[in-house]
Amino acid sequence: MILSTRQTPSTLLVLASALARLGAEPPPDFNRDIRPLLSDRCFACHGFDAKAREADLRLDTPEGAFAKRDGSPPAIVPGRPDESLAWQRIVSTDPDEVMPPSDSHLKLSESEKNLLKRWIAAGAEYQPHWSLVRVEKPAVPGGGDHPIDAFVAARLAKDGLRLAPEAPKASLLRRLSLDLRGLPPTPEETAAFLADRAPDAYEKRVDSFLADSAYGERMAWPWLDAARYADSNGYQGDADRTMWPWRDWVVSAFNRNLPYDQFTVWQLAGDLLPGATHEQILATGFLRNHPINGEGGRIPEENRVDYAMDMVETTGTVWMALTLNCCRCHDHKYDPLTQRDYFSLLDFFNQTPVDGSGGDPQTAPVIAAPTEEQRVRENELVRQLADTDSQLSTRAAGLAPAQPAWEAAELARHGVDPWQALTVESVAGAEAAVLDDQSVLTSGPNPENATYTVRASAPAGSFTALKLDALRHPTMTQGGIARSNSGNFVLTGIEATLTAPGVPPRRLDFARAEATYEQGGSFTAASVLDDDPRSGWAVWNGRSIDRDHAAIFHFREALDFPAGALLEITLRHDSPHPQHNLGRFRLSLTGEPSPSLSSPAETLLPLLRIAAAGRTPEQQAAVRDAHLRSDPDYAKLAAARASQDGELKALRQSVPKVMVMGDRKERRKTHILAVGAYDKPLEEVPPATPPILPPLPETDGPPNRLDLARWLVSREHPLTARVTVNRFWQELFGIGLIKTPEDFGVQSEVPVHPELLDWLAAEFMDRGWDVKQLVRTIVTSRVYKQSSRVSPDLLEKDPANRLLARGPRFRLPAFLLRDQALAASGLLVARQGGPPVKPYSPENLWPDATFGKVRYVRDSGESLHRRSLYTFWRRISMPPMFFDNANREVCSVNPSRTNTPLHALATLNDTTYVEAARLLAARAVRESSTDPAAALARAFQLVLARLPDDAEKAILLDSHRAARETFAADPASAKAFLSNGEAPADTALDPVDHAALASVCLSLLNTDETLTKE
Amino acid sequence: MDPLTESQLLVNRRYFFGKSATGLGMAALASMLGEDAFGAEPTPLARIAPKAKRVIYLFQNGAPSHVELFDHKPELAKRHGQAVPESFVAGKRFSTMTANASAQKLLAPLEPFQRHGHSGATVSSLMPYTAGIADDLCFVKSMFTEQVNHAPAINFFLSGNPLPGRPTLGSWLSYGLGTMNENLPTFVAMTSVSKNTTCGQIFYDFYWGSGFLPSRHQGVKLHPGSDPVLYLSNPQGVSPALRRNMLDGIARLNQRKLDDFGDPEIATRIAQYEMAYRMQTSVPELADISGEPKEVLEMYGPQVHEPGTYARNCLLARRLIERGTRFVQLMHAGWDQHRSLTTELYTQCKDTDQPSAALVRDLKMRGLLEDTLVIWGGEFGRTPFIQGDLADRPNWGRDHHPYAFTVWMAGGGVKPGMTHGETDELGFNVAKDGVHVHDFQATLLHLLGIDHEKLTFKFQGRHFRLTDVHGHVVRAILA
Repeated sequence: MILSTRQTPSTLLVLASALARLGAEPPPDFNRDIRPLLSDRCFACHGFDAKAREADLRLDTPEGAFAKRDGSPPAIVPGRPDESLAWQRIVSTDPDEVMPPSDSHLKLSESEKNLLKRWIAAGAEYQPHWSLVRVEKPAVPGGGDHPIDAFVAARLAKDGLRLAPEAPKASLLRRLSLDLRGLPPTPEETAAFLADRAPDAYEKRVDSFLADSAYGERMAWPWLDAARYADSNGYQGDADRTMWPWRDWVVSAFNRNLPYDQFTVWQLAGDLLPGATHEQILATGFLRNHPINGEGGRIPEENRVDYAMDMVETTGTVWMALTLNCCRCHDHKYDPLTQRDYFSLLDFFNQTPVDGSGGDPQTAPVIAAPTEEQRVRENELVRQLADTDSQLSTRAAGLAPAQPAWEAAELARHGVDPWQALTVESVAGAEAAVLDDQSVLTSGPNPENATYTVRASAPAGSFTALKLDALRHPTMTQGGIARSNSGNFVLTGIEATLTAPGVPPRRLDFARAEATYEQGGSFTAASVLDDDPRSGWAVWNGRSIDRDHAAIFHFREALDFPAGALLEITLRHDSPHPQHNLGRFRLSLTGEPSPSLSSPAETLLPLLRIAAAGRTPEQQAAVRDAHLRSDPDYAKLAAARASQDGELKALRQSVPKVMVMGDRKERRKTHILAVGAYDKPLEEVPPATPPILPPLPETDGPPNRLDLARWLVSREHPLTARVTVNRFWQELFGIGLIKTPEDFGVQSEVPVHPELLDWLAAEFMDRGWDVKQLVRTIVTSRVYKQSSRVSPDLLEKDPANRLLARGPRFRLPAFLLRDQALAASGLLVARQGGPPVKPYSPENLWPDATFGKVRYVRDSGESLHRRSLYTFWRRISMPPMFFDNANREVCSVNPSRTNTPLHALATLNDTTYVEAARLLAARAVRESSTDPAAALARAFQLVLARLPDDAEKAILLDSHRAARETFAADPASAKAFLSNGEAPADTALDPVDHAALASVCLSLLNTDETLTKE
Repeated sequence: MDPLTESQLLVNRRYFFGKSATGLGMAALASMLGEDAFGAEPTPLARIAPKAKRVIYLFQNGAPSHVELFDHKPELAKRHGQAVPESFVAGKRFSTMTANASAQKLLAPLEPFQRHGHSGATVSSLMPYTAGIADDLCFVKSMFTEQVNHAPAINFFLSGNPLPGRPTLGSWLSYGLGTMNENLPTFVAMTSVSKNTTCGQIFYDFYWGSGFLPSRHQGVKLHPGSDPVLYLSNPQGVSPALRRNMLDGIARLNQRKLDDFGDPEIATRIAQYEMAYRMQTSVPELADISGEPKEVLEMYGPQVHEPGTYARNCLLARRLIERGTRFVQLMHAGWDQHRSLTTELYTQCKDTDQPSAALVRDLKMRGLLEDTLVIWGGEFGRTPFIQGDLADRPNWGRDHHPYAFTVWMAGGGVKPGMTHGETDELGFNVAKDGVHVHDFQATLLHLLGIDHEKLTFKFQGRHFRLTDVHGHVVRAILA
């Protein structure tokens, strides 16, 4: 059923109507007038989703609407509304009959009904949804130098409107500079522009701003919002991550003007490119920017599926503006997308080795992204190590012949093994086998918390300690010591009871414990002896377990075991970490007066006793190494090597690691998940793109992410270019040509300027996806350069400026406001890239969110004044100074532009702005004079790229006079005001004068014009 | 500030408001109302007669143990130490901390229960103060959810969806019902945690987020300490008079701009800065409890004197409600007793029982309970079986349990002194009148006069609802 009704491209073809169109009113346009109505009121029950379909009727295709169904007339009879069942039901007065049904809370207004009637009467012509049709370059209307102007002027003419005059040059330069660099123009730049009479004066500024490296920083911000970039994982734990080299890559890609098709392919599939470069792999960090949930008790597979869904939905939003998330649980209600399509797309992202467990902020696959300095030192150390290694091997070769004699001498010197392995008789609490070396190997079910009870015959004699060898085995996780998620174990308790014939059982008392290695924190050998199940002995050191371990439990006093005694040893694994149960272990006793794990005999003797031919390669290496280290020269070289190696490891540790993409060798099968639930798999689906879009080119074997990425940027793809140019348009005009940048589906609006959108998209692709060229094209149009002044008439007619009869005017986003204030005051530190910084911020937020576990430690010095882009982004508590920003939990391409009192409080009271005002005042005086009028005019110019007019000057001076009186009456308050922020106060200025000017500067930073791109 | 200055300032503000409110067309008005000029329009609400005007949600993060506190199961005590019968757990999902539910042993409630009030509600002796107001409460003992981990389950309760990104209850109400006091936020969140809690949950910002609704609908977090609202205080050296002077200068410049440019956003900006100024007075006044009578403070218990405690937040909740805040979301973490039932459950009850009950009493005394809905509850319940070792009493615990748990409500159109729904004999599964999270949300909206199917916002081409496509009003509990 589902298969038979699936959409094929051919059914989307226009069904031509031959009916004559009579009457004065032109027939309604399907895409503009009819589809939005049908989609919003009808498709939920009579649309694409076969499972939700009522009465087996679909109205989203002409075939469905015109078909005769069992016993009923067609829903729509082209040309004959009165014979159309749908129309009859729409106008029915019977509450049980009327459509939409009364309980749906949906209604059709009279004018909407009229539209539908006229549409049916005119032949009920269906058209394919505009965004799913290949982008063809429309012809540019005549009558304009610039194609954008020609398109817009033609549209405006229909409403009797014309383009507004150009904005004043100074305003225009500020607009351009904020748009392309995220910074205001300097007064010098403005002056030069005003003085430049050349016909290409404006174009020269466009080119120079595009060439400014601040351009990449400006363009990166919205991309980071889309990529849900953050410097921490999110969720409980919220560990810091090091994805910032990816962020720096984005800046550099914009600055180098990496063509958008490559920008796309690298970020989605750079790792799969033949001979992928470091940079191409780094770019795939885009997909890995999703939150990671390390909450205890989470089911790893549930996380893993969440991550893959995040990737597919982010990709769907950013490149195709398809609301794929609707298809997680069911077929799309409005768009011709099925749940199968969703999971077929998900398969492309379902091939990473990530398993969803743990909250490691550097979950593999990762790529090291060293700084230049780190790279140089690393090469140096690698060279040194190679050199030391060669000396070591020369020396070793010289020593080799002496090894047998050394071994014999050592054996003679150390005598017998102090440890006696216990002969195990039975193990309860696990299926277990005793191996030849007397170690116990567990198998079978592996409970969350196992308790082993080992019964062993105890040798007779006096004993001082019990040793537990924790041994690796191939049947354990990653060849480690346990069948836990990591191969690590947590031993939380040990008890030993001695029973002998005729004597009451005796519990042995342990005094202390030590181990070859302890994980640290509450995971020490000693903590095995406390009662706390949260602590115990564990040996994780951050990588898979690659060696055996041992712990000694010392008896409080030497104990005499009689002959024939039985030792019962209980090993508890009660930690909250599930299944961290020892997988292979050996128990032995010693009578040594002070047994230790570190004596050479402890490690070496057991090996020496094995005949050379019978040793494993590991054992051979250990013996050989012990021999070599007995040579002083060799030992010295080895120490040097260890130090070099240590430095190299530390260096590599400190190199940021960026999570990137990589596919497993063995394909993971992808299933449709019932209601999107990870544990409810239905049928398996192969990787595929939605059938409503152009087909993927043929591939050998299943297509992969690279094929998907290339498909997205193929000339045939109807969405990528449209969606992308729309987002850039939105960035410049505040609102896209399509106002829903996240949704180009059937429920999206009908474009106001359809030809313009298509022309831009076609031009973008035909010019090699050149982003700077696209931006240049837009900002050199008259449409962009228009004044944003608005008349009441125009405001009434077009409040949101969709027709574009005026220039863009909207509140600058918070990140840009901060950069603007820093730049105008001269505080901005222009250095690019590097680890994130922690500028001024309320410092109680992180502790509030994390119960004091994570504190905000503010940086000082130049870190306070870097661009907003470099501010540390804690995902669970985003930086509050970016009050209107997406929080980056999920992909976001919609700017939020509300004006609440809280925003005003931020720009009035945040130390960043108060400090900037103070520095702005000092700078203005320095660059003009101490005369308040002159200084304030200069400050005005630094912020707004123009001089104040007389009325504005008067207001500023009024404010200044009042402020000066206030500060003069209370000079201490002037000093207090000037001590906001860390930057030193200008001591050349009188504090009262400085404070008065600074307070007016703070007002300046809060005027509407400053807060607005005009 | 002296009254004279204040009155002059008022004149100034009236001037700006008067000018901007009358001199503009429809587009400006929409903008003044704060609607994002680029966003979707709010859908009109067909209103039901509202019983509640305001909500105080006492959210108990970490999930309190229903079988310990309200859902009395003598059978559970009788079968203490016995294995959970297979029929109760077959096919059920627990957190990864419970691997094999059927191997677990049942654990009797720690403390005895008594019947209280005319309604005879069963309340544990752990909650003596709550027991004292039993006749004011409506217990829903048949809540259930689908989420087994904290953040998704809390988010499910607050936003109708387990993953972050949807608007939360308070923001839906702000969006749907608007503001009642323009000097204070409509939606306020406060958080607290008992001291020495070992297993606290994080308070994520998205618990009071506005999702895809315009950001002005998001909850404003009130912080303990000197700046209850971020950036509320003037910077050092700026007196209220100087700030007023600054704002007047800003407003004059903005008014000129408005006259020149005609952009209604400028009028919004003027209003926005004035409102910020009023909040600088109204919020500290709100947070200052020095005028509260001694007997009121005593009612909330000794911790009311400590900012940031649950007791203080309960008192502030009442002060907010009195002043017209519509939705107070008070979150208290620390109920996640995996290994600390015998210790931390007692602390939690001690810290929250008295203030919760005091809040209900206080509202009632002031006549506010009639149209204020108070809700107490967590994100799920706790297993009737033990997590840990029966022999190890100090470390007894219970794991997450989504299949049945209890919340209580008071005031605001809910029947007092009643119990709705039942669980089986072990408190394991719902036996009668199950209330799903979406039902709970639908009922809450209904009490506020909103049809949950009509409160929608179009985003990504879809009309989103708090209750997704589910939810039925629980009529049995309506007064």
